[in-house]
Amino acid sequence: MATSTPIADRAHRRGRGPASRGPLVIRRGRAAREGRSVTLTALTAIMLVYTLLPLAWLVINATKTQEGLLNSFGLWFAGDFALLDNIGTTFTYNGGIFTRWLLNTLLYVTIGAGGATLLATLAGYGLAKFDFPGKKGVFAVVIGAVAVPGTALAVPTFLMFANLGLTNTPWAIIIPSLVSPFGLYLMWTFATDAVPKEILESARVDGSGEFRTFFRISLPLLAPGTVTVLLFNVVATWNNYFLPLIMLKDPDWYPLTIGLNAWNQQAGTAGGEAVFNLVITGSLLTIIPLIAAFLLLQRYWQSGLAAGSVKE
Amino acid sequence: MTMTRRRALLLGAALTLSLTAAACGSSGDAGSGTAASSTVSDADLQKALDTGGTLTVWAWEPTLKDVVAGFQAKYPKVKVNLVNAGTGNDQYTALQNAIKAGSGVPDVAQVEYYALPQFALAKSVADLNAFGAGKLNGTFTPGPWNAVHVGESVYGLPMDSGPMALFYNKDVFDKYGLTVPATWDEYVAAAEKLHKADPKAYIANDTGDAGFTTSMIWQAGGKPYTVAGTDVGVNFGDDGTRKFTATWQKLIDGKLLAPVTSWSDAWYKGLGDGSIATLVIGAWMPANLESGVKTGSGKWRVAPMPQWEAGGKATAENGGSSLAIPEAGANKALAYAFVKYANVDEGVKTRVDGGAFPATTAQLQDTAFQNKEFPYFGGQKVNEVLAQSAAQVVTGWSYLPFQVYANSVFNDTVGKAYTSATTLQDGLKAWQDASVKYGQEQGFTIK
Repeated sequence: MATSTPIADRAHRRGRGPASRGPLVIRRGRAAREGRSVTLTALTAIMLVYTLLPLAWLVINATKTQEGLLNSFGLWFAGDFALLDNIGTTFTYNGGIFTRWLLNTLLYVTIGAGGATLLATLAGYGLAKFDFPGKKGVFAVVIGAVAVPGTALAVPTFLMFANLGLTNTPWAIIIPSLVSPFGLYLMWTFATDAVPKEILESARVDGSGEFRTFFRISLPLLAPGTVTVLLFNVVATWNNYFLPLIMLKDPDWYPLTIGLNAWNQQAGTAGGEAVFNLVITGSLLTIIPLIAAFLLLQRYWQSGLAAGSVKE
Repeated sequence: MTMTRRRALLLGAALTLSLTAAACGSSGDAGSGTAASSTVSDADLQKALDTGGTLTVWAWEPTLKDVVAGFQAKYPKVKVNLVNAGTGNDQYTALQNAIKAGSGVPDVAQVEYYALPQFALAKSVADLNAFGAGKLNGTFTPGPWNAVHVGESVYGLPMDSGPMALFYNKDVFDKYGLTVPATWDEYVAAAEKLHKADPKAYIANDTGDAGFTTSMIWQAGGKPYTVAGTDVGVNFGDDGTRKFTATWQKLIDGKLLAPVTSWSDAWYKGLGDGSIATLVIGAWMPANLESGVKTGSGKWRVAPMPQWEAGGKATAENGGSSLAIPEAGANKALAYAFVKYANVDEGVKTRVDGGAFPATTAQLQDTAFQNKEFPYFGGQKVNEVLAQSAAQVVTGWSYLPFQVYANSVFNDTVGKAYTSATTLQDGLKAWQDASVKYGQEQGFTIK
């Protein structure tokens, strides 16, 4: 594991490399760009269509009734426009359980993703800016944890939580969501570059305590990284499926993902009511907050993605 | 893409869990406590109802909601939490998880007949003889009553039943001049005639469905599974099985089956637009058609299941579920009182009114039940046909004590017959081998 840090450093150095040979690269890049632009535009356009097509399908089909859904072409509107009816029914079906699921998801996202981001920021900053024994060990653990998918841990986590008596409670979702090794690693890398040592030193010289330095000086500098990690965590928690599927059996605590799946499953039950129209409308309503979050935080997201790749 | 990955993961988890659950089963019955040895009398049940308490019921059957309301109105001291913990396999995974973890186990759980032996053998669910379930002999039709038995023990009370019948789209039949097939040979002939007249129309859909295939073998008189305790036999080489595969292979070879998976949205679409002309399925189907295929209203009719011999009167069960009482439940007497209310007493009528198909002989023979005219089916007295089927179910069928696992590998084995040159009979042989291998790994003695 001792070799890992040099590798990370080398990556940074490599990232810096082309910039020092700037003029040549830019000239070559410009010439190439003119030649490729049509192809690139076409590729981007195809990608755009590919990405938007499912969304368009979702929007179109959310306007159909259950029968209209089955009797019309998937990518065009049916005769009747039932979007408002569908939205109304989605919120009132089964005693308005959809609202409850929405609030549950918001709860898990606010506390889970918010907490994960806070912890990742604190820990990433600490690991980047302080030297202490065992730091390499922590690095190894974090990198190792990034490699293990959360899904693989879901069943052991379930058994552990069952012993603690925490299954079927919101804690079963919130506590595992608080751990985000990837967010931690990202914040670590980001903090290394974003907060210059000189600023911290001068703050210390001026007599600022470490906590004050963190909140007043470092945190604003870390904002792009924090927002990136926040978005990652929000998306992961909002879309989390397997963990709640295993942990929760009480529909009152379901997040939207599990709730919508339960509605979808109804169609496959003897005596069950097929409500594909509500599943589709519910899915549309479910992704709207995510889209809104992306649009609002877009600029942070972009600058965050580039974090660490270029250094002035 | 993500869905497939999730499914694969889910399946993986379900397998791991069923492995552990079955392993628990062979390691003895530490869970079966005092309740099984001491008999609970009716007076005790009444006392439990009067004392009250809280019950958690895991079920996905929609009409239970009304049953719970009625039950709570009658016994105000009992509070019932009706929880939809998933449908079918999802719920079994959850139930096995909870039993293994020893917490969050419900008091009552809906378990389909094919899955019940698995829970029974693991002693995860209580033997209801301790509560007097043996006295209910004759209350239920033979198919479901047999299905809740393992040996002399009763591991659940039948909730609904699925005696099979032929549901057909009369509009399509009239349009192409098809007669309702009384035998499977006529069925194949109708399939050919229909598909020839309209290449977009099929007699039925089938992409390989374990429940359907086993029910068909059941009707044909096949007995591929023999179970006596932990001695298990699996043999798909018997005459009954071969009768089925010979006929069904003709439909597969002729590409006469719509490549549509049951319960998918495409299936609902096909049932509505006439491209799937018949369904050979359990008696619970009317409620699904009424709510899921509104465009089919007035078009569908019900006829007796086609026979293997002209004039025959043999049917099979397809689907259906029981309410079982997990051994780990805290208040099993109260749980039994609820199950009895739902499946034997007032609850049955509530459920029938809600569109469910009962498993009790009293309801099935009730004239009001049989004479009910269904507008969806053009005013046909559908229940007459279905109740008749319930009385003609071939006896002596049993599922494997690890049928949940077996069904989960059905598509990897028999499913190939629908997509490649593998024959149905070879596919069943592969399924048999996979089942035997798994059974041996679980410590069953395989004959």
